Amino acid sequence: MTTEELFAKQTEEQARQQSLKNRILCCTAAGCVSCGADSLRHALSTEIEAQGKAGSVEVCGTGCMGLCGRGPLVYSTADRKLYGGVTAENAPALVSDNELDRMALAPNAVDLEMPFFSKQVKIVLANSGRVDPEKLNDYIAVGGYQSLAKALEEMNPRQVAEEIKKSGLRGRGGAGYPTGLKWELVAKQVPTTKYVVCNADEGDPGAFMDRSVLEGDPHRVLEGMAIAGYAVGARQGYIYVRGEYGLAIQRLQTAIKQAEREHLLGSRILEQGFQFRIDLRIGAGAFVCGEETALIASIEGKRGQPRQRPPYPPAKGLWGAPTLINNVETFANVPTIIERGAEWFAGIGTPSSKGTKVFALAGKIANPGLIEVPMGATLRQILFEIGGGVKGQKLKAAQTGGPSGGCIPEELLDTPVDYESLAKIGSIMGSGGLIVMDDTSCMVDVARFFMEFCMDESCGKCIPCRAGTLQMHDILERITSGQATDEDLEMLKSLATLLQETSLCGLGQTAPNPVVSTLKYFGEEYAAHIHEKRCPAGHCQMQPAEQEVTA
Amino acid sequence: MATLTTPQVSAVAVKDNREKMLDRAMSRHQYSGDALIEVLHTAQELYGFLSPELLKSIAHKLRLPPSRVLGVATFYHFFSLKPKGEHTFVVCLGTACYVAGGLGLIGRLEHRCAKSGQTTPDGKVSVETARCIGSCGLAPAVIYDGKVMARVTPEGIETELDKIGVK
Repeated sequence: MTTEELFAKQTEEQARQQSLKNRILCCTAAGCVSCGADSLRHALSTEIEAQGKAGSVEVCGTGCMGLCGRGPLVYSTADRKLYGGVTAENAPALVSDNELDRMALAPNAVDLEMPFFSKQVKIVLANSGRVDPEKLNDYIAVGGYQSLAKALEEMNPRQVAEEIKKSGLRGRGGAGYPTGLKWELVAKQVPTTKYVVCNADEGDPGAFMDRSVLEGDPHRVLEGMAIAGYAVGARQGYIYVRGEYGLAIQRLQTAIKQAEREHLLGSRILEQGFQFRIDLRIGAGAFVCGEETALIASIEGKRGQPRQRPPYPPAKGLWGAPTLINNVETFANVPTIIERGAEWFAGIGTPSSKGTKVFALAGKIANPGLIEVPMGATLRQILFEIGGGVKGQKLKAAQTGGPSGGCIPEELLDTPVDYESLAKIGSIMGSGGLIVMDDTSCMVDVARFFMEFCMDESCGKCIPCRAGTLQMHDILERITSGQATDEDLEMLKSLATLLQETSLCGLGQTAPNPVVSTLKYFGEEYAAHIHEKRCPAGHCQMQPAEQEVTA
Repeated sequence: MATLTTPQVSAVAVKDNREKMLDRAMSRHQYSGDALIEVLHTAQELYGFLSPELLKSIAHKLRLPPSRVLGVATFYHFFSLKPKGEHTFVVCLGTACYVAGGLGLIGRLEHRCAKSGQTTPDGKVSVETARCIGSCGLAPAVIYDGKVMARVTPEGIETELDKIGVK
């Protein structure tokens, strides 16, 4: 496909879609599928046939529409309305163009003006819920692959990297390294064999952003990677995706095949000199593989154990070659930055953190789901305006950053969400999991839960992490069963510092964060467990004999 | 960690079609040792689990030391060196599911079936836990034979167990 053909295809597909009387977009992301979206979609197709509207009404599966708590979700272009909790019984009304029939849908209508939608700014999720992730034409219709065309035709590789640098985009995997700078580092390397790797090993418990992006808009990530390949001079890319994400893997495989067939990936991209292949590498369930050097070892078919840095992957990465590693969400931002320009992107967010961030809202919240907000929005806005507040009990803490992050108490909810502000209060941006806890959650037990996670997931290479997480977990276990003393608490604090300072990789260095932050903000809960042998949340069983069985 | 004392796959079974399919997967990667994880994924898909014979044969064909193959197979949670039960319950214990009561579900399964990570002696049900299956909006979630069940209650687990005739 040439660029002209790409534009022609876009016009053609747009015209086709507009000629339809109704397009019924049916969310087929994991959340909606588990409450019956597949059978609903089937019922809609059958109903279209039954009403003899095959030529004028079409049903498409799309990625996540965001409001997972109200699934299955369906959007109808005929009346531009979103419907929640739809069942097969609603199918005749959804397909019908009779006003009276459609009245029956009123109770299912979701208010698109509600803060959940109106307060969001969508870049990464712009197409999620709008395009069919299994149809290349759908992506082309909304301007897909035009950023790649623009980069190849109007810019040289250096200008592309420069544009990303000017945009102020920072790594969305959690650490926040400036993306443009990383691209330049790789571009500057002398060796001609280079690699681009997309880190889709989203292991944080409570995070499902990357999964939703891959499931809902896989071509966006492929396009972002191809642009990166052009900028740094790589011909081969890998996506390292979690083995648990079956649907994402399947959709990526389909998307790669489609793009290769149309010369949007592979050799002679857009009939120009640039070539770039993308292969999938399926992870096998090791959290530590989210660390870049462990991820590289895993792609090479080895045990996923990190190694000492430097040399950093931009100098020596996959098979010793210069390697660019970015997160899914980072790559997903790239096509839009190239399309709309660095200035536009830099206009969103705060002075140090530009653009938007996708969060996965979960836990005790009214609207669990997937959201995208401009950087600098406060946690209170996210939780209470978009998230709809806490269900039932009073909010106790918001947890960001998974096992490497921290628990943020109610009084700090006015903290703006950007890399520096979150770090200042002892948490991290992380990849974007945001879990709300209420009065029934015991913060000591939450710290124990995360420590158990890190203990299990420690790769065992360096001693501080291997032995330290075990010791810290032991102490936390004793605290939650009412057997700990003040000395234990002192030991816990000193171990926390030791792990932070001496572990080899990010897993061990950040493993104490949940402990440190809960000690800082919920110290009285630790005291109650130790001195009064009492759990204020009523969660922990204080008789050692009745300890909970954990996996 | 899992050990090598696992039930054996009969020599006959290894000689069937699956062997050919596994060979095809290895040749697609030019029998390169770098593709070990891909090959193990395919092997597990075909055979359900990785037996010692299977691991040895993979090591031989990819020209890798058996220790490296075993090392990789035991490092990653995804690979199983033991056969799975007829039905599998994977209880998510990610943060959202944990906070929403995932432990109660595990308790119920362990009470009626087997300890987490194990299979009932009759080979009917395997009980497993996951670190987060990314379905946090549906907490607590359980993957039952590959399908995600949302907002599961201990009673819901009981119902499913009754359906498949677990005592």
